Amino acid sequence: MQQTNRLRPFFENITFDRDDNELVLNFGPQHPSAHGQLRLMLHLQQEQIVKAHPDIGYLHRGMEKMAENMIYNEFMPTTDRMDYIASSSNNYGFALAVEKLIGLEVPRRAKVIRMMLLEINRLMSHLFWLATTALDIGAMTVFLYAFREREYLMDLVEDYCGARLTHAAIRIGGVPLDIPDNFLGDLKKFLDKLPENIKDYEDLLDQNRIWKMRMQGVGVIPTDMALSWGCTGPMLRASGVQWDIRKEEPYELYDEVDFDIPWSDKGDNYARYKIYMAEMRESAKILYQTIDMYNETVKNNETELMAHAPKYISAPKLDIMTQNYSLMQHFVLVTQGMRPPVGEVYVPTESPKGELGYFIRSEGGPYPYRLKLRAPSFWHTGILTDLLPGHYIPDVVSIIGTTNIVFGEVDR
Amino acid sequence: MRRYTPKDDVQKKPYYTDRFWVAPQVPKTDVADDEVFAADLAAIKKQFKVLDAYIQVGQMIVYIRPEDNYGVLELLRDECGYTQLSELSAIDWLAQKGQFEVFYQMLSMGKRKRLRVKMFIDENQAVNSVEKLFRSADWSEREMYDMFGIKLNNHPFPKRILMPDDWEGWPLRKTYPLQGDEFAAWYEVDKIFGKEARDVIGPELRDPAMVDRYDTKRFARLGHEVPYGAEFKEETPETPLGYQEEEGVFMIEKFDENKSVVISDRDR
Repeated sequence: MQQTNRLRPFFENITFDRDDNELVLNFGPQHPSAHGQLRLMLHLQQEQIVKAHPDIGYLHRGMEKMAENMIYNEFMPTTDRMDYIASSSNNYGFALAVEKLIGLEVPRRAKVIRMMLLEINRLMSHLFWLATTALDIGAMTVFLYAFREREYLMDLVEDYCGARLTHAAIRIGGVPLDIPDNFLGDLKKFLDKLPENIKDYEDLLDQNRIWKMRMQGVGVIPTDMALSWGCTGPMLRASGVQWDIRKEEPYELYDEVDFDIPWSDKGDNYARYKIYMAEMRESAKILYQTIDMYNETVKNNETELMAHAPKYISAPKLDIMTQNYSLMQHFVLVTQGMRPPVGEVYVPTESPKGELGYFIRSEGGPYPYRLKLRAPSFWHTGILTDLLPGHYIPDVVSIIGTTNIVFGEVDR
Repeated sequence: MRRYTPKDDVQKKPYYTDRFWVAPQVPKTDVADDEVFAADLAAIKKQFKVLDAYIQVGQMIVYIRPEDNYGVLELLRDECGYTQLSELSAIDWLAQKGQFEVFYQMLSMGKRKRLRVKMFIDENQAVNSVEKLFRSADWSEREMYDMFGIKLNNHPFPKRILMPDDWEGWPLRKTYPLQGDEFAAWYEVDKIFGKEARDVIGPELRDPAMVDRYDTKRFARLGHEVPYGAEFKEETPETPLGYQEEEGVFMIEKFDENKSVVISDRDR
């Protein structure tokens, strides 16, 4: 640490220990392929890593502390800033946790819209993952292609809620808006083209010699290591566990849609890559079905978007503007906040990165007494401690790439 | 008289609560209602003392004694199939009962069940690390230490994880100030330049849009340039504008239009 001689040039990036010929390399926190603020201290023998020590906390904003001092609805936009690549899935996890705490049932149309948003977010996140990982490994073209498609999805979400990155598109008790007129058509247009696009990426990468050399057999995570480190999502499914919360502990209407869970027992980077690609196809499959489900709600005239629970959820705008009691209740809910019952709940959801869980302890007040955010990337970063030793410097980049970590979520 | 504000919980409080308001409870059900959980609980009860157990929102919650945590988690992993430790952290009850509540959120993929093992510990009581059982506990226990100051036995690397190593205080305790204390406000200055530089550098400007027009140390006064650190109170001193070029610049001749020549013939 730079203490005694302040402001003297100090080369903290590289240290040579002459006795054991071990090189300590400081990777990040500003390294372009560290995907945010990851600092890795790597002990090297020649080019081989013998010890890795991930250092996090450069993006720590104390969200759990913030949550303890905000009313429940106030915290919703803050969740956007966790996994900012797929922010609706964070909103959703929080909304679902509070709904479970209160015991709310969300109207069917809201559920369908939520599922649409979740799967669009999954596609956005996976496309972003593909683009950045390919770019890290040197495939610039894939980056441009994948971002083109992601841009289309961001426009779709912008049509829905007006924001592109931090959506705050889901409320506790439902969704704030119905989908706009052209939304389903645009979504369908995108979905019809998506298989072609995915095939384009795969044509560029699947048999690419460089891609295969960087991916196959690199970063192998055995099943027991993945379980022990709390890996979830594609990281776990690539290591031979077919576990997807959408399927195993279904929430929303995931038990009504038909989709598969891609998995592999290889556990290497390439397996993870294949799983991401397959998951994009599955998401498209789900989205097609949600379009039909939405049309069904239109046919059945199910127009409600927010749950009816006057103690916790404000009435629709029309009621607030026309009925005195709704206005009073809305005023109380906005100024004082809802007061969920005393108790605690842990609700896991399958975010694009893995298991995103919210633990809420409520003391019956308008502020949560304790809120713990279980972000998947936190452990996917931790596993680098055990995963990197034995690998070489260039593998670090591809392994960080396929772990798909986002630092808004790691540091929170 | 100044109003008394308790210091053991400085978090935000609701400004109004109805006198007759009674908080409802999230319903708890008996463990015997669920066969799988009942079997798990029986397995734990065989070897360890269970203080309380119930099911809430579909998940079993088991209270154990703090010294049993390693044993219970080992039993759950090896015999009951709870192969993953999803989450681990604490809740601060220091103000109410002088204790922390530590919870371990477990997942069994084979049974599709989740349960939460909980225990109460005193403020300075150390917790046995379960890092040997679940590697994920390595980081989550570090986070728990970082946020609450809960010490750990047998942890391989008990260091802060999110906050800087030399940070003072435990951010998620209810006694931790919300506004950032003196240490936090001067952290960078103390760290890089030393405490004696506080006067020289001054407090951080938290409002980035604020411009003090009489501050001649940080801001230039456009149109009325004065020397660095010049002092003045109310009236803007007369600072005549002058340009270097008016008195001529060394080595540079002034351009005289009349002396210039327009070249029309390129062979000239």
